[in-house]
Amino acid sequence: MNLADHLPALQVAVPLLTAPLVILLRAGFLAWLTALVASLASLGLAILLTVAVLETGTQEYYVGGWEPPYGIALSVDGLSALVLLLITGASSLALAGGRQSLRLDIDNRRAPMFYGAWLIAMAGLCGIAVTGDAFNVFVFMEISSLATYILIAAGRDRRALSAVFKYLIIGTIGATFYLIGVGFIYMMTGTLNFADMALRLDDVIETRPVIIAAGFITIGLALKAAIFPLHIWLPRAYTYAPNAVTVFIAACSTKVAIYVLLRFNFTVFHGNLLGHSDLFSVFIIPLALSGILLASAIAIYQGNVKKMLAFSSVAQIGYIALAAGLASQAGLMAALLHMFNHALAKGTLFLCVLAFILTSRSAIITDLHGIGRRMPWTMAAFVLAGLSLIGVPGTAGFISKWYLIVAVMEVPGWGVPLVMAIIASSLMAVVYLWKFIEAAYYGEPPPGGDTAALEVTLPLRALIWVAALSNVYFGLFPQLPLALAQSGTGTLLGGLN
Amino acid sequence: MGANSLPIILLVPLLGAIGIALTGRWPNVRETISLVTALALAVLVFSWFPEVLDGARPRFTLSEPLPGLSLALSLEPLGMMFACIASFLWIINTIYSIGYMRSNNEKHQTRFYICFALAIAAAMGIALSDNLFTLFLFYEILTLSTYPLVAHKGDPKTIASARVYLGILIGTSIGLLLPAIIWTYVATGTTTFTLGGIIQGNVPGPAVGLLLGLFVFGIGKAAVMPVHRWLPAAMVAPTPVSALLHAVAVVKAGVFCVTKIIIYIFGVDFLFSQPSAQWLQYIAAFTIISASIVALYQTNLKRMLAYSTIAQLSYVIMATVILKPLAEIGAAVHIAAHAFGKITLFFAAGAIYTAAHKTELWQLAGIGRRMPITMAAFTIGALSMIGVPPTAGFVSKWFILAGAFQAENYLAIFTIIASTALNAMYFLPIVYFAWLAPDAPDVDMNHGEAPAAILLALGVTATLTIVFFFFNQPLLDLEGQLVQSLPL
Repeated sequence: MNLADHLPALQVAVPLLTAPLVILLRAGFLAWLTALVASLASLGLAILLTVAVLETGTQEYYVGGWEPPYGIALSVDGLSALVLLLITGASSLALAGGRQSLRLDIDNRRAPMFYGAWLIAMAGLCGIAVTGDAFNVFVFMEISSLATYILIAAGRDRRALSAVFKYLIIGTIGATFYLIGVGFIYMMTGTLNFADMALRLDDVIETRPVIIAAGFITIGLALKAAIFPLHIWLPRAYTYAPNAVTVFIAACSTKVAIYVLLRFNFTVFHGNLLGHSDLFSVFIIPLALSGILLASAIAIYQGNVKKMLAFSSVAQIGYIALAAGLASQAGLMAALLHMFNHALAKGTLFLCVLAFILTSRSAIITDLHGIGRRMPWTMAAFVLAGLSLIGVPGTAGFISKWYLIVAVMEVPGWGVPLVMAIIASSLMAVVYLWKFIEAAYYGEPPPGGDTAALEVTLPLRALIWVAALSNVYFGLFPQLPLALAQSGTGTLLGGLN
Repeated sequence: MGANSLPIILLVPLLGAIGIALTGRWPNVRETISLVTALALAVLVFSWFPEVLDGARPRFTLSEPLPGLSLALSLEPLGMMFACIASFLWIINTIYSIGYMRSNNEKHQTRFYICFALAIAAAMGIALSDNLFTLFLFYEILTLSTYPLVAHKGDPKTIASARVYLGILIGTSIGLLLPAIIWTYVATGTTTFTLGGIIQGNVPGPAVGLLLGLFVFGIGKAAVMPVHRWLPAAMVAPTPVSALLHAVAVVKAGVFCVTKIIIYIFGVDFLFSQPSAQWLQYIAAFTIISASIVALYQTNLKRMLAYSTIAQLSYVIMATVILKPLAEIGAAVHIAAHAFGKITLFFAAGAIYTAAHKTELWQLAGIGRRMPITMAAFTIGALSMIGVPPTAGFVSKWFILAGAFQAENYLAIFTIIASTALNAMYFLPIVYFAWLAPDAPDVDMNHGEAPAAILLALGVTATLTIVFFFFNQPLLDLEGQLVQSLPL
């Protein structure tokens, strides 16, 4: 067996084993560098896995050589590969761009611990994506969640503490619900392996414990995924976390919860529970719609740019949930594409915000008046990523919105109202983004404020532009995310046969 | 030239924008680059004219993000004409801008020239778009790149107006145009412009009218009432920008899109047979008459011209929806004719502002004696708006009226006659007062003509307005190809 066969395991092992090494390092810079290298290595592994998946299909790996259902199986398909790219990409982007910002936010003595926690969080998230075992998912979910709480609370803003406490309580409830659901299923089937579970559930369909399990699992994961109105932990957590941490978690953490939600509902339940897809749709679509409309409306009235983007995330998660809730081929394509494209746009936007805060030390929009004139490069990148968030053609956001609209048009009777809701929310996105863009370009700077030109360092600016241009690149040449989403949709709907 | 060189038409103004950005510190170099880019673009665009006139339809696909949805460029008669007008007027507008921006000591001139070049690139993209998706992409880029131009001054009042501009244009395009495009795609499986249309047989009768409505009101740039409010709001911009908005790119892009969609998406013959699509001519007639009446009541020169534009745009819409061959030619020609006349009027308004700092109509009494060249050009522009021979406006009005008689469309005939009278009522008094009335009291009269660059620009456009009356055959031949398949 050569090293290439161990890719799925390495995906988790590399960050997980680097974490203690980072903690041993004394200096903040070295710790950061090591974490960045580990993160980039993980990104490399994710790319290798993606290539392998696209060439040869699902990559199976049996831990310790024990075959499932007795041993633990790792399994990477197109869907997992998509999520792995998001996690490792977001982590690398945030670490590479966040050095200066993190030096301000994190006490130098505690920096090694912080970067250790970062790698553990990433390892946990990657673990969720690669494993084929339901209990494993729970373990990795706890690993990543606990590490994420540390990351969010690590900054100097003390409001982060209350925010993270809320997140902790809600996150734990979500994880517990999930565990209860998995417990019920284990009770009825005696297995924890996803594939095996899907087979064995066939014998116990329509029994009450299985139905209850489906309910617990869906709600638990909806809490983790911040599907409206279970999102209440998200805005404050995103807002008060250190800026680099926001870039990281905003781009990927809720997506991972949605990944598990989709995997469970489609590969495990869909084929077995009669009428499950209808129930799932009836449950998720109204929530998604309210999220799309209300969260966008709330975002308009935010005075803090990070909070504004956080509420925008809640709305965007609504798009993903709506698309998935349609439970159709086109809908799932749209959901998976939007996971990818929204991560691109939101990662870029939060990275720009990081740059603004780095120079002007405030996330309040009135303090940022005139920042567009002082930081033209960063602001132009912000506008570009904002256009992708709105879904203007030529950007990545358009591709997923197009699929989403085509998917909802297929819904008999409800097509037109749903399209109108999506368009209304897009227009609200124009409003909240433009409020900031206008203030940044034309607003009067705060009294006593500086007006001299002011830009972040060239490497950070270059990174921001790479991120911004990737929004355009994947808008014009979306072959990669399309291929992954297609393969992922195939896996998910395979459960229907 | 091969079709592979089509993207160069977009690339030239983009490279120009980069060049302008890099040389912002040296105004002379910057403006030379602006001018050279404009010249290069016009030469490039015009070199395609003979081929397209011979029936060539070059086509080039840049990328295909989704199956059936590609980013593709192509040249056909309508787009060829729009590209020619926009690229040619850009040269003159650049000369004018240099004179205007320098004389008025405007700030942020580099940003101004960059955004201008980007707007032209977007206009070229609209002219060359091969399908609705490409059209929509460049339509949005045009909106975004002109926003900084409208908001140029940067004071709160200007920002508020610019917000109206952006809000209406983006709101209608995402709220109405995009759904219309998606509907077309879902119903027909394509968005490619095809002569004869793609809607026939794919959308049921009554829905055709609704789809047409989504397109017409979604294209806010065509300023059909009630989505016309952005145009008067945008009058806060510097005059060269107003000229860009009214003559070179923006509103022209709007009516161009409507005409192109009616000819290539709906199909003229098909739409003529659809009773559900007839409402549009009533809206167009209403817009023409009411905008002309509103223009009568304006006291500010630029605002009056803005309402005049709204009425003139609906001429094009009206001519298109007469849905007869001669009227389609008239619609296309009116895009050109109105461009020459209106840019002359705006150049004159800007010249008056630059030389005499006058913006209100009552201040213009007797100004013709001090600014004879400017006011002569203004007079020619005004006559073209009314449609008096020998000006460009007469040519298009002739074709539109001929088409209306062909269709026996008395609503159109009546509207055109009534609006001609209204046009005369608000333009002729200004001409009269400017030349013959005694000087307005309490007005500073110590001024002469505007700087040479401004005079040169408005002289050229005024001359063209007259030349177009005598020399328009190539354009008529070109646009005739649009309708040669239709029964006369």
